[in-house]
Amino acid sequence: MKLKAENISFKYPSAKKYLLKDINLELDSDKVIGLIGDSGSGKSTLCKILSGYIPKYEGNVTLDRKPLPKKGFKPVQLIYQHPEKVMNPKWKMKQVLEESWDVPDEILEEFGIQKSWLTRFPQELSGGELQRFSVVRSLNPDTKFLIADEMTTMLDAITQVQIIESVLKIVKERKMGFILVSHDMPLVEKICDEKIYLKEINNI
Amino acid sequence: MEKLLDVENVSISFIQYTKGLNQRDLKVITDLSLDISEGEILAVLGSSGSGKSLLAHAIFGILPENARQNGKIKYKGKELSQEDKEELRGKEIALIPQSVNFLDPLMKISDQAIGNTENDAEKKEKKIKQREIFEHYNLGPEVDEMYPFQLSGGMARRVLVSTALLSNPKLVVADEPTPGLDEKTVIETLNHFKHMKEDGVGVLLITHDIHAALEIADRIGIFYSGFVIEIAENKDFSGDGENLLHPYTKALYKALPANGFELIKGHQPLHGEISQGCPYYDRCEMRFDRCKDERPELIDLGKKKVRCFKYEEGVENET
Repeated sequence: MKLKAENISFKYPSAKKYLLKDINLELDSDKVIGLIGDSGSGKSTLCKILSGYIPKYEGNVTLDRKPLPKKGFKPVQLIYQHPEKVMNPKWKMKQVLEESWDVPDEILEEFGIQKSWLTRFPQELSGGELQRFSVVRSLNPDTKFLIADEMTTMLDAITQVQIIESVLKIVKERKMGFILVSHDMPLVEKICDEKIYLKEINNI
Repeated sequence: MEKLLDVENVSISFIQYTKGLNQRDLKVITDLSLDISEGEILAVLGSSGSGKSLLAHAIFGILPENARQNGKIKYKGKELSQEDKEELRGKEIALIPQSVNFLDPLMKISDQAIGNTENDAEKKEKKIKQREIFEHYNLGPEVDEMYPFQLSGGMARRVLVSTALLSNPKLVVADEPTPGLDEKTVIETLNHFKHMKEDGVGVLLITHDIHAALEIADRIGIFYSGFVIEIAENKDFSGDGENLLHPYTKALYKALPANGFELIKGHQPLHGEISQGCPYYDRCEMRFDRCKDERPELIDLGKKKVRCFKYEEGVENET
């Protein structure tokens, strides 16, 4: 499976200059790819374009030569740094998960999610626990590519290993694509097959 | 070096309504002890959402109303009452808060840095001092007239740091000063703390970022499920982590991508889930039978401290 970006350019309406200019990328689901860039360099914006969360941009994003669907489930899923910001605070965790898919018990177990957490509200769980939910929610069977934007930056080292190992296991099983966006070089070196530096492909 | 702050067996709990008029007492911090001397940087390392920011709030007496705090917080050997805290805060003890959200969005930067003044003369005097410190932190005169939303992340951080230093504090408490900043600004922020240390200021750094802690702290307190489980020296975080004492600290060190990325199972017990005994019992590889029901105290080993029965007889007994 290939996620391809052709001549992507983007500028925020209020900005004078382009943030991203003529970016070309071909991402292969066989490899774990690390995307590296300074903060403010447009990493997160590029991730949002690649996953279809920003609809207006110049250029094309295709998944196996087809454009990303405009409606319905997004096959390229994005995981953010702060899980507490992407969950409905008035829903219990069970509902948060079911919004995406019926998660089998094996997956809950793989990610160390306790059954008792399902009846809690987001604010009753710590960042590490919430991020497990955020990841599991994105692992819908229709997901083809996973983009982890600083997914484990706020977590302790042990939780980081747990989450990343579990994600990699499932990504390999399902032959999904995985892009890790991080500024933590030792982490990128440890798990990625290929590194992409945003400043080298961004022609601003 | 004189001891500045002593936090002894502090616990913090929240009274919450569950259903109807039923209340419960949710313990977030069970036993937190640490101390800081002049010219020392002590980091408290804990994962996000673990409640470590409450320590800062307890020191400054700004816990919410439904919070209950036990234990002692001493400054220069004297136990602090709420009145003492109100007297000292913003003067001898200063807080660098977590985010720009702590700035007043409707107030110009310079005005809120100076704060309340009695008369014009005092205001003028403080204004000069504020300008000096801002200049030192590379904040030009135009910043004085700005509102918080006009600041970049790095500038906002410098405003918070320089505002804290305005009163020549002896002790600075920094609550998560690094997230959301790029590498350059992180290094810059950490350098500010190094400079404070050189000036004899004691710094309490509350963070989840082990790299930041190792970069500048003299000692590191590890916070786990509401307990300080170890206070280690910076140099112990080296090699295979063989000088670290608590099994959790060792595991944490070995889980770093540069040190093996080793996996251990389990999760930190949530607030209200902590068993009677050792908070690490469920995950511990070298637990004793007594650890299940009996809770270890923080054992003082001179420069280091650890909460584990294994070290009751001292460190030498380690096999």
